[in-house]
Formats: sequence, structure tokens, C-alpha cells
Amino acid sequence: MTDVTTGLLPSGRPNADETAKRTKARNAAEARFKLYGIVAIAIGLFFLVALLFSIITNGVGAFQQTFVKVSIPLNAEQIAAAEKSVVKTSKYRAMIEAALADKIMAAGYKTEFTDPRKLGDILSSSAAAQLREHVLANPGDAGKTIDFQFLASSRVDGYLKGRVTRAALAEDKNLDAGHLDLVDQMKADGTVVKHFNWDFITGSDASDSRPEQAGIGVSMLGSLFMMLVVLFLALPIGVAASIYLEEFAPQNRWTDLIEVNIANLAAVPSIVFGILGLAAFIQFANLPQSAPLVGGLVLTLMTLPTIIISTRASLKAVPPSIREGALGIGASKMQAVFHHVLPLAMPGILTGTIIGLAQALGETAPLLLIGMVGFIASNYPDGIADGFLHPNSAMPAQIFEWAKRADPAFYERAWGGIIILLIFLAIMNITAIILRRRFERRW
Amino acid sequence: MNMRTETQIEEALKDKSMAQNETHPLKMRGEKVCVYYGEKQALYDVDLDVRENQVMALIGPSGCGKSTFLRCLNRMNDTIDICRVAGKITLDNEDIYDKAVDVVELRARVGMVFQKPNPFPKSIRENIAYGPKIHGLARSKADLDEIVVTSLQKAGLFEEVKDRLDEPGTGLSGGQQQRLCIARAIAVSPEVILMDEPCSALDPIATAKVEELIDELKENYTIVIVTHSMQQAARVSQRTAMFHLGVLVEEGPTDKMFTNPDDKRTQDYITGRFG
Repeated sequence: MTDVTTGLLPSGRPNADETAKRTKARNAAEARFKLYGIVAIAIGLFFLVALLFSIITNGVGAFQQTFVKVSIPLNAEQIAAAEKSVVKTSKYRAMIEAALADKIMAAGYKTEFTDPRKLGDILSSSAAAQLREHVLANPGDAGKTIDFQFLASSRVDGYLKGRVTRAALAEDKNLDAGHLDLVDQMKADGTVVKHFNWDFITGSDASDSRPEQAGIGVSMLGSLFMMLVVLFLALPIGVAASIYLEEFAPQNRWTDLIEVNIANLAAVPSIVFGILGLAAFIQFANLPQSAPLVGGLVLTLMTLPTIIISTRASLKAVPPSIREGALGIGASKMQAVFHHVLPLAMPGILTGTIIGLAQALGETAPLLLIGMVGFIASNYPDGIADGFLHPNSAMPAQIFEWAKRADPAFYERAWGGIIILLIFLAIMNITAIILRRRFERRW
Repeated sequence: MNMRTETQIEEALKDKSMAQNETHPLKMRGEKVCVYYGEKQALYDVDLDVRENQVMALIGPSGCGKSTFLRCLNRMNDTIDICRVAGKITLDNEDIYDKAVDVVELRARVGMVFQKPNPFPKSIRENIAYGPKIHGLARSKADLDEIVVTSLQKAGLFEEVKDRLDEPGTGLSGGQQQRLCIARAIAVSPEVILMDEPCSALDPIATAKVEELIDELKENYTIVIVTHSMQQAARVSQRTAMFHLGVLVEEGPTDKMFTNPDDKRTQDYITGRFG
């Protein structure tokens, strides 16, 4: 009877009933825990998918742009007159508008507008500059009629992408609903086309009034030059510091203090590094504002702790028996480290470096403070030195800049920029994974 | 009568030790060696002689200081920050803890083989060639290949691996890896080889091979081996030193130590009563 009430056998062990109950409870707890895990992963995946979906649906439009095909008879006298005038592009603009009006007349499109200038509103204001560049680059084309594809204005582009409606244009001084009727007709016979736009990837930023012309190419170069600075400073400094701390430094209060501080530095908000960079590099060292060199230096400071921490971890992961083996046959400490430990730690170091670079590539806050945001990065640098010193933006800063401009056409470009940035980050992370897989050794 | 026999025995023993001194001159000597790990003292006034072309076995229960003493002989303890060595250790009558002694030179003369086989994760050839390369022992690639082959032969491994010298050393079996490590130590032509429980991670067959090898190696090298196996000490060594709690209990010819030790602790340990 006693075993029923207490659940214990005389030997002190639980009886069969009790054991079965405990087993059931234990298994149920385990099953529950697994379920929690699966639910947690499902939630994470859901957000990831939702995020990617919204980025792609919002951003994919930026890679396509609307163009208007116009054939322009290039008249040498008109060109000469235009080059003599003060505002050269306005004369070129008039040439384009006249050709466009002729074309509309010839094709018999129905439109309420007769003024060529009014008709020209469907074109981007960048069209005149495009024509002038072509004329200057090809002086032999004078006297011929050349087919051009000009960017349509962002309103027309938005209409073809479904962003702009006739109702919305009632409030808009740039374009009228009548223009859209014209665009419909031009689209039907292929005069207005929408296709992939390389200029978004390779081009430079444009002013507030012409979002259709803006591209991310120049700020991509800015990011590239910053990453070069980060790579060539942070990798050697970080690896040297880690090797010293891990392999040579005596274990004492000072090295403990340094260790704690490096770990803390990794958690310092990046804007703090930004203001430090502003004070140290620009105000004190008088380096040029907005230059990728300064951006790179700031990001180096920010990336160093990441590289040091991951390098130390991968040095630590090399078994001590390898060091002892080398020391035991009379290798010096440095030989042991450089011939045996470092090669084994290399995949880990490279992985950490790439992750650190990826982090730096996406960093925006410190760039705000050193002036890499808020101006138009419109020129490609001339050569390497200029690339480091000429004011430029960076990809995330460019995205930030677009996102805060008023015209919704820029908003689309911000999403497109995010897609490009994410592609870069994905490539870097995949490289890191491949490196780790390929060179990982087991003992 | 009785007196005469005793003197005779004494004479005989003296003769034997004289003879031993001639054929086996002193190689390394520890005098009043004390080792501290931080505050904790691990060795107390150890005096021990190691003679040339002999195998000296260090035995004793775990934590008795035998490995610590072994690691003093090529200053491997230098790599431990908190470790401090007092007393005097000589190699060919030179103090190895003297400031003028370069620790790298010392370790080239006093090589070491570790408890767990630790070949470099490189090819067999590179494993062996590494030491001679950094010490400049080979003038040409042919020289180096020669060293690789002879070292492997001396370690009794050549026949087993001659067709795969460029395959990774980590792909060998445990016993082969340990013999590779011995070959790696031999390749820098050391005078003394220290072995820290070289067979503890090996199966009996691999152990037998390594023991055989140790026996052959003593013709050319002086060997100090730490072991937990009494049988191994008895099989391979000429002299045995018994450590207990950081103190050298007793040292003597191996057969005497195993048949008629002076100290009761040695007898208890050897017969398995503690440790």
C-alpha cells in the first residue's frame, strides 16, 4: 500500500507508474521545447521573407527607366549658335522640343498642346545636356539626322510604373493630364519605351529636379575607396595587434584592461566614431571633408575591434600542441606563430575581416558627421588619388540622401540602392562562408 | 668473511659505476632544481644526472612533478608565464638557464616529443623538413631530402610512408604519427630527446614499436622519458628516477629500482599500492 501513496518502491526507487509518468512529462517537455524553436525560426523566416519581398517590389522599378525616342536633324549653324549663347543647354533644349513637335505632328497624335515647350515637358531636363555631349563628341554628325533616346521626365516614368495618376497631376505644375494622353499614344507605337537602365547602376547622383537621371555608380566608387582604406589599414593593424595580444603579451592587468576595452569598443555606437573622426581627422589633421579617405579612416576605427576579436578567436582555436610541436624542435616563438599558427588561423581571420568590411560597407551614421551625405556626388573621380581625396558619397549615405528627398521618384531609387547594397553584402558574406568551408581544418 | 664480502660487493659496485661513468659520461645535470607555478611550488630541490646514450625514465604518480622536470630540461616551461625555475640545470656543463643561452639553440639540441602526437597539418615531408630548414641544416634540396629519408628510417617509419611523403602527416595512424613526431625531432640532430608519455595515446602494438625505437635510438641519443607504465620504464630504461609530491624520491639503475628499491614509497608505487 505504501508504494501507491508515496510512489516509491521499498528499495527507494520510484515504482513503474511513477516512472512512466516522469518519462511522459520529460518527453512532453522536450517536444514542447522543439516546437518553441520551430515557431521562433518560422517567425524569423517570415520577417525575412516579408522584408525581401517589400525591398524587391519597391526597388525593382529603379532598374527600369522610361525613354522617349526622338530623331533630331543636327544643323551645324544651330549648333554653332547654341555654343555661342550663354545658356547653351536651353538652345539645345529648343532643338529637341522642335524635333519632338515635328514628330508629334507627323505621327498625327491627338494633343491639346501646340507649344513645343509644353510638349517638351514629357522629357527629362537632362535631355539637352545629353544632346550637347553627343554633338561635342561627334562633330562629324552635323548635317545628319540622328536617333536619340532621351530620358522621360520622372512624372511620365512614374505614370508608366503606375505611381503617377491623372488625378494626382491636377496638383502638379510639372505635367498635365493631357501629357499622359499623348504618352499613351506614343507608348502604343513604341516611341515611349521602358527598359533596363544601366545608368542607375553606373551613373552619378542628380539634382532634386531630375530623379530620373540619378544613379548610384559614383557613390559605389566612394564605398570602394573607403573599403580599400579599411582593408589596408584594419587588416594589418588588427592582425598584428591580435597576434601580439594572443601569442606574445604577458598576461597581466594591463593586457586584461586592453582586452576589456577592445571588447567594449566593438559595442560603441558608430556615430561616436563619426564625431571622433570629425574632430581628429578633419578639424585637427585638416584632411579634406567628405573624402573617402576620411570615411575609410573612421570606418577603420570602427572595424578594428571586430577584426581583432575574430582574429584572436581564430588564433585561440589553433591547438596549443601545434605551437609546442614547433617550439619543441627549436622554432622561435615568431617562427612558430608565422609558420604554423597563422596559416591555420587564416581562414578565420579572413572571414572576420570580410564580415567587418561588410559591416563597414553598410555603415551610415559616421558618414553623416564627416560630410559624406547631403551633397550631390555628381562627378567620377579622376584617378586613384582623386578617388581618395575628392568629395564623394557612399552607397548607404546615397540611399539615405535619396530617401529624404521629397520627390517620390527618389524614394524608388532608395529602394533600388538598397537592393544593390544587399547584393554586395550577400556576395561578401558568401565569400566568407566559402573561405571558411574550403580552408577549415580539423584536428 | 662477512666484512670481506661486503667490501667485495662495494668494490664491484664502484667498478660498475666507474665503468658506467666512462662509457656514459654526464650529459645533463639538475642541481637543486625548484619550480614554482605562481605561488605554488611544484618541484623541491631536485638533483638528477642524465648520462649519455642512456634512457632515463621518470616515474611517479600524477602531479608529482616529473613532466615539470622534463620540461625544464629544454626550457619549455618558459612558455608558461607564471612558471619560475630556480637552481641549476646544465647541458655538457653549461648552465642552460644562463642569460647567454639562446633558448632556440637549446631546443634544437634538446628535442621534445609530446604526449599526444602533434604532427603539423602539412605533408609528411614538410613535417620533417621544417626543423632542418629553420636551423639551416641542409644546403640544398637534395640534402633536405636526404635528411627526411634518414630521419624516417631512424624512426622506423620510412618503409610505411615512402610512397606518400607528400600526403598530410595528420592522415597517419596514431602510432605512425607519434613516430613521425620522433622523426621530426631527430631531423634537427638533437643530442637529447625528451619524451613526455609518448605512448599514452597509443594502442599496445604501436606502443611496442615506439619502445623498440627508443631502445635503438639510445645508441645515438640521450633520452629522458616520462611514463606512467611501470612495464615501459622497466623495458626501455637503464636508469629510473622516482618522483613523489615534487620531490625526487630515489634514482638508480632500473633493475635495482624495480627489484630492490631503497625507499618504501618507490616499492609501494611500483607494486601498485598507491598512485
